[in-house]
Amino acid sequence: MGNFDLLMHGFGVAITPMHLMLMVGGVLMGLIVGVLPGLGAPNGVSLLIPLTFALDPTSAIILLSSMYWGALFGGSTTSILFNIPGEPSSVATTFDGYPMARAGQSTRALTLAFMSAGFGALLGVIVITLLAGWASNFALRFGAPEYFAVYFLAFAAFVGMGSAAPMKTLVSLAAGLLLASVGMDSVTGSIRLTFGFEDLLGGISFLVVVIGLFGIGELLSTVQEGLRFRGVASKIDLRDVFKTIAELPRYWATYIRSGLIGIWMGITPGGPTAASFMSYGIARSSSRKGAPFGTGRPEGIVAPETADHSAGSCAMLPMLALGVPSSATAAVMMGGLMIWGLTPGPMLFATQPDFVWGLIASMYVSNLIGVVLVLATVPMFAALLRIPFTIIGPMIVAICFVGAYTVSNATFDLWLVLIFGLVGYLFSRLDYPLAPLVLAMVLGHKAENAFHQSMLLSDGSLGIFFSNPLVSGIMAVGIALLVLPKLMAFGSRFRRRVPVE
Amino acid sequence: MTTIKTGLLAATALLLAVPAQAEWAPSRPIEFVVASGAGGGTDNFARTIQAILTRDGIIDNPVVVLNKGGGSGAEAFLYARQNDGDPHKLIFGTNNVYLLPHVAKLAYTVEDLQPVAALALDEFLVWVKADSPYQTVMDLVNAAKDAPGTIPFGGSQSKDTDETLVALIEQTTGADFKYIPFNGGGEVGVQLAGGHVAANVNNPNENAGQWQAGAVRPLCVFAPQRMAESAPISGDMGWHDIPTCKEQGLEIDSYQMPRTVWLPAGTEPDVLAYYEAALQKVAESDAWKEYLAKTSQSASFLTGDELAKFIETSEGNAVKVFEAEGWTAK
Repeated sequence: MGNFDLLMHGFGVAITPMHLMLMVGGVLMGLIVGVLPGLGAPNGVSLLIPLTFALDPTSAIILLSSMYWGALFGGSTTSILFNIPGEPSSVATTFDGYPMARAGQSTRALTLAFMSAGFGALLGVIVITLLAGWASNFALRFGAPEYFAVYFLAFAAFVGMGSAAPMKTLVSLAAGLLLASVGMDSVTGSIRLTFGFEDLLGGISFLVVVIGLFGIGELLSTVQEGLRFRGVASKIDLRDVFKTIAELPRYWATYIRSGLIGIWMGITPGGPTAASFMSYGIARSSSRKGAPFGTGRPEGIVAPETADHSAGSCAMLPMLALGVPSSATAAVMMGGLMIWGLTPGPMLFATQPDFVWGLIASMYVSNLIGVVLVLATVPMFAALLRIPFTIIGPMIVAICFVGAYTVSNATFDLWLVLIFGLVGYLFSRLDYPLAPLVLAMVLGHKAENAFHQSMLLSDGSLGIFFSNPLVSGIMAVGIALLVLPKLMAFGSRFRRRVPVE
Repeated sequence: MTTIKTGLLAATALLLAVPAQAEWAPSRPIEFVVASGAGGGTDNFARTIQAILTRDGIIDNPVVVLNKGGGSGAEAFLYARQNDGDPHKLIFGTNNVYLLPHVAKLAYTVEDLQPVAALALDEFLVWVKADSPYQTVMDLVNAAKDAPGTIPFGGSQSKDTDETLVALIEQTTGADFKYIPFNGGGEVGVQLAGGHVAANVNNPNENAGQWQAGAVRPLCVFAPQRMAESAPISGDMGWHDIPTCKEQGLEIDSYQMPRTVWLPAGTEPDVLAYYEAALQKVAESDAWKEYLAKTSQSASFLTGDELAKFIETSEGNAVKVFEAEGWTAK
């Protein structure tokens, strides 16, 4: 088969001492960028772009993409250890990763996350290798109504099986949607909900809100509970890493499901963040009995991490083949591509085989390097939790504020972190779920745009969401996910009653 | 006493001597404030200049790029207003600098920024899907006249250069399209290739990939003369083979988007002169010519009166369209 030969050719291009050095360097830089919240992969990659002018495009893209993989790995570290997501796409990892680390199993949590991430990435690259041509044609079929259907599905998957009180979920969701609509609306061009504050013109940054809600909010809760992390007693042993690796095959179903979700969301413009939420939601609904999600279930780490990384690597495909980046980092890399004089588009695969297949081959190698490097850092990071709270607490505050500031270099964002820290604290005290708010902030604006565009196309008829098999299919699955759990709960209650009577 | 007097005299003499030296040079790192997110056309424009400035040693101070793309770029222009008189900040935009305040109520005016230079002109073309029935731009216009408000025309944002151009076509010909704003030219390019919209007015490099692959084709370019000669892009057609819209009977002479550089208002004239000279060197460098060729933009270096005149004409034309469409923000 042709793609396989091309891949082998790609390995020939990618595996040179120079490229291997770039990969290791890129992954290491990415790890640092990913660990620091706020200074995410998009910022890191755009900082590197001017440096790449001195390299040939293939080496340049290998460096940039390696940095991206590193950042994706690093983003999970702070999510698990401190409940502060380093990257938007690792928010869902906090839900179970942090409780597991608090229960003294930080090594296990980190290993689970990194191994899942590596597996997800591998799955993504394999799909790119095998289906490069077909997948980009598939993505072309997505117009505004299809985009909306995908976002709707992500919402439905996550919200439909929420365990919190429905009214509280609704409040949290609505708050997120409200926050997402601040700033300039791109469909009408009008400015909304800024109340005359110039700082709000650009909207409220999702990352700043998340740093406040999770980082500061969690810190406040910790302070109330007696000024110490409960993970202090965690023992650190490299054997734990291997023990965790041995338990991985048990979650094969979660792996495959999450990998598929990630691949799909990476190819269609849902992006890694949406993929990780959706995958977490679906894993929660389809899990067998055991400890509830949110208390440190291994599947709760495996699902979002696998989906995040398979989406992250698949996002390279629409970028190269269509010129549409489905993640913020891919957008920056595409800018680089244009500066290097390469035109993203269906012909790139034919006109620049060295570049494209060199990149794809490098994705295998650098993800492997990434997994090895991050696993080596596990004991080091897990040891961080042994530091007494009186030292680490202030450091977390500093990291949160520095992180929030680096998002867009705005001092106003520091106030937002404080405000949302309080909101996060209140939410967790009053048992309001944070996840729907975060999800609504990530997808709310995109979903609204897609809905608005669909309405413009159809002159206001909702029928457009059922106008072809693709969009109707996605909508039907979404509605089913939203309604079925309730129906089943109702049904089982009914069935249980029958024998009693 | 005398020492103090001498000291004061010396200090006064020094103070007087400073303006006599005239030449201003940056003393701190320079901030490039980009009025778009990372990866957009404006971002590439700024980063290419950053690379040339540093690599060729035109400016020795470090250059830091800051993306402030919120509110269609308004965030960057407000930032300029907040930092008036700061000579270490350059703002990178397009014509949005002077057009945004007309369509949205914003807390800055054009007077808050000082134009430094325009370095390139990006062209606009009408594109349709490869298998579309429209062979010339007038076919498309006539179809929109026959069935008003039904032909979906994609654009990159709301009330931006794309929608202004579509409105201009409508006002010139009396056709009526259904304008759908997306997020950025790349996305509109794919929407066209997938057949979800009937046409778009993307810049050359936003659609080049799809054209190369034969998924879309250009109908005409909004320029007074055809674009520069190039190697064939799709089949045996290159950029020069695309007719101008005027050749095809659409009476719009030219519609081009300048890539512009600005300073916050209130800086010394020396500062302006310094950056004009630096950017002139950029515009003459080979790396810059290469960037223009790769992104299919037209070379055009404007400063001073020429630039002021260009802005005046461009702003006047756009405002006419805004007024006719009722977009002007009061």
